[in-house]
Parts: sequence; structure tokens; C-alpha cells
Amino acid sequence: MALSREEVRHIALLARLELSPQEEATFTEQLAHILEHFEKLAALNTDAVEPTAQVVDTPSDREDVVTNPPAPEELRSNAPARDGDFFMVPKIIE
Amino acid sequence: MIDLRHLTIEQAAATLARGEISSVELTQAALERIEATDGELHAFLTVTADVALAQAKEADARRAAGESGALLGIPIAIKDVILTKGVRSTAGSKILGNFIAPYDATVTAKLRAAGAVCLGKLNCDEFAMGSSTENSAYQVTCNPWNRERVPGGSSGGSAAAVAAHQSLGALGTDTGGSIRQPAACCGIVGIKPTYGRVSRYGVVAYASSLDQVGPLAKTVLGCAHMLGAIAGRDPGDSTSVDRPVPDYAALLAGSVRGLRIGIPKEYFVEGMQPEVERAVQAGVRVLEQLGARTTPVSLPHTEYAIAAYYLIATSEASSNLARYDGIRYGLREAAPAGLTAMYQRTRAAGFGAEVKRRIMLGTYALSAGYYDAYYLKAQKVRTLIRRDFERVFETQDVILTPTAPTTAFRIGEKTSDPLQMYLSDIFTISVNLAGLPALSMPCGFDDRGLPIGLQIIGRPFDEENVFRAAYAYEQATEWHLKEVDGR
Repeated sequence: MALSREEVRHIALLARLELSPQEEATFTEQLAHILEHFEKLAALNTDAVEPTAQVVDTPSDREDVVTNPPAPEELRSNAPARDGDFFMVPKIIE
Repeated sequence: MIDLRHLTIEQAAATLARGEISSVELTQAALERIEATDGELHAFLTVTADVALAQAKEADARRAAGESGALLGIPIAIKDVILTKGVRSTAGSKILGNFIAPYDATVTAKLRAAGAVCLGKLNCDEFAMGSSTENSAYQVTCNPWNRERVPGGSSGGSAAAVAAHQSLGALGTDTGGSIRQPAACCGIVGIKPTYGRVSRYGVVAYASSLDQVGPLAKTVLGCAHMLGAIAGRDPGDSTSVDRPVPDYAALLAGSVRGLRIGIPKEYFVEGMQPEVERAVQAGVRVLEQLGARTTPVSLPHTEYAIAAYYLIATSEASSNLARYDGIRYGLREAAPAGLTAMYQRTRAAGFGAEVKRRIMLGTYALSAGYYDAYYLKAQKVRTLIRRDFERVFETQDVILTPTAPTTAFRIGEKTSDPLQMYLSDIFTISVNLAGLPALSMPCGFDDRGLPIGLQIIGRPFDEENVFRAAYAYEQATEWHLKEVDGR
């Protein structure tokens, strides 16, 4: 399975990861090597097989109510940047 | 002075019950042992001595007021992916370097309700991604049996702390073997419960359709006590299943006469360490002598498990870890222009190489044009692997295998070849794909004196038979009595 440097850059953008040129080169090689091993799945005929996403039965519906005790200060205190009750974020609209 | 070297959870509980020691004394001894040994071992990321002594005092008061219990006053420690309120919980990652847990995980709260004393937080591979604990952003934990070897992973801190007598028990998590493989590498007992048996509320997510929390201890009984305390339905985790929790510890003594044990031929493969094969085969004979009936069985899709697992786990991980965006919690790196650049820089600075590799792999498997060939295909293969087990369990009660193809490898040996590292999970990952309970316990030592692990796999929610076989084997052998030497 050949993987191009360009594809690795595209995947990194989708994953919101900034990669150094060295990381790009390493990942291109390593991911290709790993994906080559995964190619063995193609040999199995799974046309009539249903996929398994989860092994327990679909969780039952529940009422959409808040049950957590309110802890706004504990939650906000982990913010990397805050102003009082607000999370500070970079400007996104000019 | 209490010597933790020769103390199991059940022995400590008996001594506490007789009033010969207090939980404060026991906790103090554990803290002193951590102080004396962790400079070399590096099992703990955070030691919460003050919290531990306060909890020990509380446990002693509860006992004085007439309460009793197998974990009341017992010092344990918790893998750093599991939240403990008010304590730094990093999951072994720089991106959560300053994260103070705002609430307790359900398993943390349940252990506290049972009276257990929490000594601190244990090292692990970053976000539980790894098989050696070398992917921690903070430190490399040594194997207590040989300091040049890995303790296994990802719950390597948990296994090392118990084996090195720093803590009587520990909590770990297991997505592809992360409790069982380190338990095997460190010569102790660890169980991954059935998917849905234990709540993951307050546990940092890696791959949500596979993750489970479970205990590690020196003995089967210790694990049974801990699992009994943490199992059960929790409204906070919609995948936790509403089934009664048996008294696992009380059920251990049952005979294994007539127990049907399947031995899958695919788990004895070329290239595995010969001493591992010999030790596990000798274990099979011990159980036969105890009256169990062993039968060769086949799990034909085993060879596809690594590929299916790493596609599913990395896909789920790439989605789960999208939450680390530098906004509400965790690290933020400043960027000169725009929100996207801030995300990219934050995640580049906060994640280590293996986490980035898995996010990349998962993002690729889920991306347009590859979804059917990789992610969907892996989910279909998961069905085949699950059916293999269902078929065997029509005629067998448990399945017995080695836990890992080798004993603990050298620190640094596999870090430059991720695929080789992934292949070390070959005997543990199928169990997670099928959602089954499985336990690892010591069954011998290799020529270098490194512990060998035996794995017992059960039907969904049949931890009882897993424990019963494990306890019978343990009582008939002396491997669990061999302990790490030293101070």
C-alpha cells in the first residue's frame, strides 16, 4: 500500500495536527508499512457479514435531564484562557 | 513495621479485621515503600499522601463504628486515565498536564464507598495507547523483575506498583490487553471484565466500543474483591449493563471438576517464546489433574484480529481525541493566525508520537474513499471473530491461552517499529473485539526469571467461571508466591 506525502498532509489537516517535515516523512513510511499489514483483511470474503459496531445491545433511551451536580467553577478552572465566566478563544470572525 | 512484600489484599483485610493494624499504619507503610522505591521504578505520576492518610483515618473510623468489608482501609492506586476529583489526571499526556479532575469517575467513587484508600495516580501509555508504558509523556516505568525491561502496557504503572509491593491493588483499563499484558509481564493477576460490566464514566476515552476498567492484584481473590466493588449498572455510562453483580469472592472455592476448557490452536504459534508455550501447556495439565476437561478448539479468524483491532481502535480514537481543542480544558498553544492554526499547534504540542500516529491512522481509515475498505471491513471481520468465540463457547466453559507471545521485552526494543509493538497484543485483542471477560495470571518464569502469563477467557458476563478456573489453578500452584526481591 503506497501512501503519498500529499495524502499524509491531507490526513493531518483533517485531524488538525501540525506535522514537522520530519514527522511527515516518518508517518508516510510507517503508515504505509502498517496499512500493508492490514491489507490481509481484503483476502476475507465478508459480503454476507453484518458489521459489529458495538457488542452490547443498543443502550435504552433515557430522559434528557441533567443529573450532575452543578460545578461551574471546577469546570471552568481547567480552561487554558478565561475571563470570569467566559472561555476565551481566538478571534474567528473579522 | 508492616512489610508490604508479603501482603495480599485478603491478608491485609484479615489483619485489619482482627485489629492488629490500622489502615493509617498500613497506608503509611505503603507511602514509605513508594518513597523508597519509586525513584527507580517510576510507577506513580502523582502520590496523594495527604488524601490517602485522610481516607485511611476515615476507614479506621468506619471500622470502629462497626463497619466491615474486604476493601475497607486497603491502600490501592489508580491508573491516570481514571478521574479522581481534585487530583491532577493527565492520562499520561502533556495535553492534560494541568488538568485537575472536576469529579470522580464512578469506579473511583465506588472504591471509596467500599473504604479503599487511594495512594495516587499511576503511569501509563499516553491515552492508554501502547503495550510498554514507554509512550507516557512523563516517564518510563521499569519492570520490577528486571529494571531494563518494560512492565508491559498500557497499565504498566498499575502492574509495576502492585508487583513491587507499593500498592495492594490497582485499577487499570484494557482496550486491547492493557490490563492483562502488563499483569503477565509483572507476574500478577489482572482481569478485563465483560464489556458493559464496569462503568467508564469519568474514564478518559480511547476506543469506546472496546474500553473496560478492571483490577490488578497479587491474587485472584484480590481481583475478585475489587471487581465486586466496581461492577454494575451506572446511569452515567449508557453501555453499562443492568445485571446483578455476583459475589465473585464467595464463588471462588467451587471445584473445576468437569469444567470444559478449550485450548485454541491459533494461540500456540511459530515464533512465540518456547518457555511461554511450555509454561502454558504445563498449566493446562494442572487443570486437567484438578478434573477439568480440556479440548483442542479453533478460533480461525485470529490472524485477522490485529488488523481489525487497530483499524477500529484508531478510528474511534481519532474521533474521541477530537475533543482536545485547547478551548475548555487542557493545553493551548498560541498561533499567529486563526482558529485552525491554534488547533493544529495545540495538538502538535500536546500529543506524543504514538497518539499522533493512531489519530492519523484512524482519520485515514474513516476518510472519504477508504471507509468501506478499512473501517467497515474491520467491523465485519469483528463479527467473524466474535462468532468464532460464540461457536467455541457452545461446547466449552472457558478458553485458555498464553497472555502474550513473549515475556517482558527490553526498554527501547520496539519503540522504533510500531507494527512490531502492535503485534505484541496478538493474544489479547480478540477478547476486546468480542467484548468478553479475560484474566491473566502468573504460570511460570522464563530462563531470565521473567514472569509468564496465562489467560483465561470466559463467556460474556461469566466472570465466575473465569475466576473459578483461575483460583483453582492458583491454589494448586505456587507461582503467585514468588515475589519481587529487594527492599
